[in-house]
Amino acid sequence: MQPTSHAFKENARAALGNANLQKALTLMRSGFPERRAAAIARLPEFEALREEAKAIKNHVLEHLDFYLETFEQQVTARGGQVHWCRTPQEARETVLAICRRLDAKTVTKGKTMIAEEIALNDYLEENGVTPVETDLGEYIIQIRKEYPSHVIAPAIHLVKEQVAASFRATHTDLDPNRVLEEAPTLVAEARAVLRQKFLAADVGITGANFCIAETGSTIIVTNEGNGDLTQTLTKAHIVLASLEKLVPTLEDVSTILRVLARSATGQEFSTYTTVSTGPRRPEDTDGPGEFHVVFLDNGRSAMLGTEFQDMLRCIRCGACMNHCPVYATVGGHAYGWVYPGPMGAVLTPTLVGIGEAGHLPNASTFCGRCESVCPMKIPLPKMMRHWREREFEKQLSPAAYRYGLKLWAFFASHPPLYQAATALVTRLLGWVGGSRGRFRSLPLAQGWTQGRDMPAPEGRSFMSLWAERRKNGDAA
Amino acid sequence: MPPVPIRVGLFVTCLVDLFRPSVGFAAVKLLEDAGCSVEVPAAQTCCGQPAYNSGDKADAKTIARQVIDAFDGFDYVVVPSGSCGGMIKQHYLELFADEPASYLRAQHLAKRTYELVSFLADVLKLERVEARYDGIATYHDSCSGLRELGVKQQPRKLLASVAGLSLRELPSAEICCGFGGTFCIKYPAISDRMVADKAADIVATGADTLLAGDMGCLLNMAGKLTRLGKAVRVRHVAEVLAGMAGETPPIGAARPERG
Ligand code: SF4
Repeated sequence: MQPTSHAFKENARAALGNANLQKALTLMRSGFPERRAAAIARLPEFEALREEAKAIKNHVLEHLDFYLETFEQQVTARGGQVHWCRTPQEARETVLAICRRLDAKTVTKGKTMIAEEIALNDYLEENGVTPVETDLGEYIIQIRKEYPSHVIAPAIHLVKEQVAASFRATHTDLDPNRVLEEAPTLVAEARAVLRQKFLAADVGITGANFCIAETGSTIIVTNEGNGDLTQTLTKAHIVLASLEKLVPTLEDVSTILRVLARSATGQEFSTYTTVSTGPRRPEDTDGPGEFHVVFLDNGRSAMLGTEFQDMLRCIRCGACMNHCPVYATVGGHAYGWVYPGPMGAVLTPTLVGIGEAGHLPNASTFCGRCESVCPMKIPLPKMMRHWREREFEKQLSPAAYRYGLKLWAFFASHPPLYQAATALVTRLLGWVGGSRGRFRSLPLAQGWTQGRDMPAPEGRSFMSLWAERRKNGDAA
Repeated sequence: MPPVPIRVGLFVTCLVDLFRPSVGFAAVKLLEDAGCSVEVPAAQTCCGQPAYNSGDKADAKTIARQVIDAFDGFDYVVVPSGSCGGMIKQHYLELFADEPASYLRAQHLAKRTYELVSFLADVLKLERVEARYDGIATYHDSCSGLRELGVKQQPRKLLASVAGLSLRELPSAEICCGFGGTFCIKYPAISDRMVADKAADIVATGADTLLAGDMGCLLNMAGKLTRLGKAVRVRHVAEVLAGMAGETPPIGAARPERG
């Protein structure tokens, strides 16, 4: 998809005025954090697990070549195949080639962010292959021709009335007078529609929460069980993954799983944890005819050894966006690409360029709530700041802002000059602010004063008052 | 022989200096009442955070070095702000991570630097203050103080000793108010919505007073509350703890004409 991250401000403005979105965001704002907090309160060793999980991923990132090779050997030994793709285009072509070879007309898809990243659905459709999303949220946004607004809850930006309307518009063969306004009826209808498609599919595509080097297995966690059906009934199972999904052993997975679901939805464990290892063996009753793992790099390997390496620990739990006050205000689509919220603010500039996505790492108050909840202890604000540093070095930030900053920094690094200036400014503003004690409008702070007042300074700077007191010899 | 007083250097912060000197004097009073001798080095302006958070490392370093020089030699450095305190205590170290000599000096400063209320409660072990404030207050935990410096119980504990004051918890106390330093300048519409949500939560508590430990957040929340016509009195927590609330009108409130 074409990113619109450069238009973050406009996207955000539209989001602030979108009543349905604001209603949906209000519901999510308290829901996820409360459930996470409750789940963590029940697990005293949560902090220790976070450290363990972080150490596992750090270890993998330090020995990535070894684990990638081991993983490939294991997949191959079990009759599967690994494909290495540097770019989205290579990944799309690889998937299409497999579909073509198997003469696939329909592919079912489980939830995969990599497919969003490479805009796979559009590409398959253009090439005569029909993709069917089987995750409820993904299905909803597919029929609405949207993209996910959240990494684990792709349709979180919608209220159920909108979903019902989309179902009525799409499932035209069903009774138009059916009752559809409640969540359970929506789920039931989607299930019924999707069952048919599972049976018709030739190829199943899923993502991977983990790729286990020791066994060549991939793992997905879902709450709907759609992942299982996506892969067991087909001619081929294609797993889309990126290199940060690697973990050494199943043991390691179980450690990370203990922090994943709790951080994501506040569940102890996701409902389904599906392990896929190779294609169907002769003695198996079901399973895919072929097993492919398509590894997308798309700039990730270039993050290794840089200040952004820690980002590759991300397990896409969504906790950072669930707790982000900016995300909670504008929603995921404002970020203009597939990865929203704090993790997107760090990752998106890597994948689509800082020129396109420069707003994202800037649109943060650095409140630090994301880092405090991230199960992998990724220092998200720090990395957003690194992006700002790169932007500043390349002079990509607005010129007026940079000059203003330079001017301020000049004063701030010359204390006598600074204090003379502030003594004057505080007197002036205090005097203009007068007895009202606040400004309803200020020439250089229009953005601020549009919606709030600017409290007026008391009228004297502390430093000038302090100097005066010292001179007069009286204690404070 | 009286004990040698603890020598404290007060880092005033640029916003207190500009907007609300009363907070600086309240800090001085609290520290002196607790037995410290307080000095205010003249060579201070700002902690450098605006440059640091804008990606301008060179200027951030220049200003950080200035702070390190100015506050050399004090037993402690105390800051009436979690945000500037966090900058000095944590981020100077990141700033000088690859300059060993400066890093050591930054580390020396970081170890001695404290946010005001946590200094009173954690270092000076102050259990109570002698102050009176009549009102029902709610408290907003400013982000940096809370998450970088662990300031949470300290202000609540000391506020509990203020006569006449009762504290009512703000349900969203740990959620950012939308100030964010340069954020409120770069993304005013988002910032405004965030502070609108915050103001609604504050009003819903029924408290007549809002307290916090950071001028930036206070200016933001006070500005929203006055624009909405809400009669909540907004003050820095130090003013109340020092018993000096009577000396200045609340932040953003109308003042009696000076004669
Ligand atoms: S950055 Fe951390 S909190 Fe955010 S999705 Fe990744 S692992 Fe989860």
